[in-house]
Amino acid sequence: MEDAGFIIGSYVVTFGAVATYAVWLARRARRVTRDLPDHAKPWT
Amino acid sequence: MIGEHVADTLATEPSAASDDVASSGTATRATRLLGAAALVGVAWLAAFGLGFSPADRDQRESVRILYVHVPSAWLAYLAFVVTAVASGLYLFRRSHALGWDRVAGASAEVGVLFMGITLVSGMLWGRLTWGVFWEWDARLTTTAFLFVTYVGYLAVRGLGGSHQQRARRSAVLALLAVLEIPLVHWSVRLWRSLHQEATVLRPDGDVKMDGLMLFTLFVGIVAFTLMYAWLVVHRQRTLAAEDAADDAGLDRALAARRAEVG
Repeated sequence: MEDAGFIIGSYVVTFGAVATYAVWLARRARRVTRDLPDHAKPWT
Repeated sequence: MIGEHVADTLATEPSAASDDVASSGTATRATRLLGAAALVGVAWLAAFGLGFSPADRDQRESVRILYVHVPSAWLAYLAFVVTAVASGLYLFRRSHALGWDRVAGASAEVGVLFMGITLVSGMLWGRLTWGVFWEWDARLTTTAFLFVTYVGYLAVRGLGGSHQQRARRSAVLALLAVLEIPLVHWSVRLWRSLHQEATVLRPDGDVKMDGLMLFTLFVGIVAFTLMYAWLVVHRQRTLAAEDAADDAGLDRALAARRAEVG
C-alpha cells in the first residue's frame, strides 16, 4: 500500500534524523572534552 | 551573576551525581535519565501513532504523519523562541555571559533539525493529502523561509572573531529572526492557504479532535520536548568545551610567540 510507505517513511526520517544528530553530538562531545581539564567541564 | 551561573552550567547536577560520570563526554546521571525518558516517549509515540490511534474520517491513515509533523513544528518554534530569549539575556544583561550565547546556539541548531523534519514530514503528508510534495503556499513558503533564516543564523555563528563578537552578532540576528514565527503561524489566516488551520490551539478554544488522537498528539509533544531538552543540554555543553579548547589553543599560541620573541 502506497500510504504505508509514506507514513512509515515519515517516522523513519524523523527518528533517523534525530538519532543521527544525537550520535554525531555524542562523538563530538567525547572528542572535544577528551583533553580538557576538569575545571573546563562544569557539569562534572 | 546567578544568570551567568545558570547559563554556564545549564542542567548541571549536584556534585554527588558526578561520581559515575565518565572522564570524557557531556553525559551525567540526569542527562542519562532524560535520554531514557525520551526513548520511552518515542516508543509510546510509535505505538500510539502507528498502531492504537484511529484513522481520520477525512485524511484516513495519513493523519498518522501529523503525530510527528505537528510536535516537530511546535518544538522548532519553541527552540527559536528559546534562542531569542537566551540571546536577549546575553545582550541586555550587564554580565554578557557567554553561557546564554551557547544556549542560544544549541537551541537554534536543534530547532533547525526539527524544522527540517517538519518540512520533510509535511511534504510526505502533502503528497498523500494534496497529491503533491510541495506547493508555493503561504504556510509552506514562510516555513521554508524560517528554516533558511536559521540556517543563516548558524552560518553567522560560524564566522570568525572572538567568542564575544560571535555572541553579539548572532544575538542581534536571533532577536530579528524570531519575529518570523508569528508570520508563519498566522500565515494560514493572513493569506489563502492550502494548509489547514489550527486544530488544537484554536482562538475559540474548541478542540476539534478525537480523544485518542489528541492523546497521541500529546504523547508526541512530550516525547519531542524530552528529545529537545536532551539535545540542547548536550549541545550547550559541547559548545562550552569547544570554546574552552579554543581558548586553550590561543593561550598556547600566545605563549609560544612570547617565547620566540623573548
